[in-house]
Amino acid sequence: MSMMRIFDVAGSAVSAQSQRLNVVASNLANADTVAGPDGSAYKARQVVFQTVMLGQQSSAGVRVATVSESDAPGRRVHDPKHPGADAEGYVTYSNVSPVEEMVNMISASRSYQNNVEVMNTARTLLMKTLQLGQG
Amino acid sequence: MIAKLTEGLEFHGQALLLRAERQRLIAGNIANADTPGFKARDFDFASALRAATGAGAAGAAGADIARDVLAPGGGAGAGSRVQPVLRYALPSQTHLDNNLVDMDRERAAFADNAVKYESTLRFINGSLRTLQDAMKSHHG
Repeated sequence: MSMMRIFDVAGSAVSAQSQRLNVVASNLANADTVAGPDGSAYKARQVVFQTVMLGQQSSAGVRVATVSESDAPGRRVHDPKHPGADAEGYVTYSNVSPVEEMVNMISASRSYQNNVEVMNTARTLLMKTLQLGQG
Repeated sequence: MIAKLTEGLEFHGQALLLRAERQRLIAGNIANADTPGFKARDFDFASALRAATGAGAAGAAGADIARDVLAPGGGAGAGSRVQPVLRYALPSQTHLDNNLVDMDRERAAFADNAVKYESTLRFINGSLRTLQDAMKSHHG
């Protein structure tokens, strides 16, 4: 029953997108994190999607291959009174860009909805297939 | 006599299988809408159905190409059923990550295919009802 595979395909996408949402949430939560005594602040993370073939070649699922960290330099603000300030009076914040994260969040949530809709449609079609010859 | 009655069912059965196949393929495209480097795939339904039902001589050649396309990564098809020839979508807009999934196109194809799947179901239901009516006509 090839229609059953749709749940695997859309399910893999839904879980990948929710992992992406998770990463966006932790990025946004750490948007104002300052660097610790070692001088390194939180680095923005981003998931990398990868196609994974499920069973037959034509059903292409998706999975999170890696979670990469951004190498962009952290935001530096001159604030000598801040407890986290270094010798020159600069405070290093995380390199999270809130605007980018919000865009990422909207994109992830739209993709999530699309895949839920795919599953709903597949479910309706399968239910009707089950009732074949009864109506 | 019975062969004539079931001929239509056979045709619609093949059509239903291909519709399910296409539905799954489009679901895969939608799932990979954010995967870098992914190329959307689809197949020409009319020629796939022609190949599957043995109408026209393109059937055998089409099956060979399909096996070539499907070859990487293994995964044999279900039984002796002819696999449709998969084609890659042409980019409608350029993306930095080389992803060739046009979400509007995929959603439209998905909805279109769902409706056609359902209509094939109705054709089968209709044929079955006709058969049943023919069988029990002497009661009424």
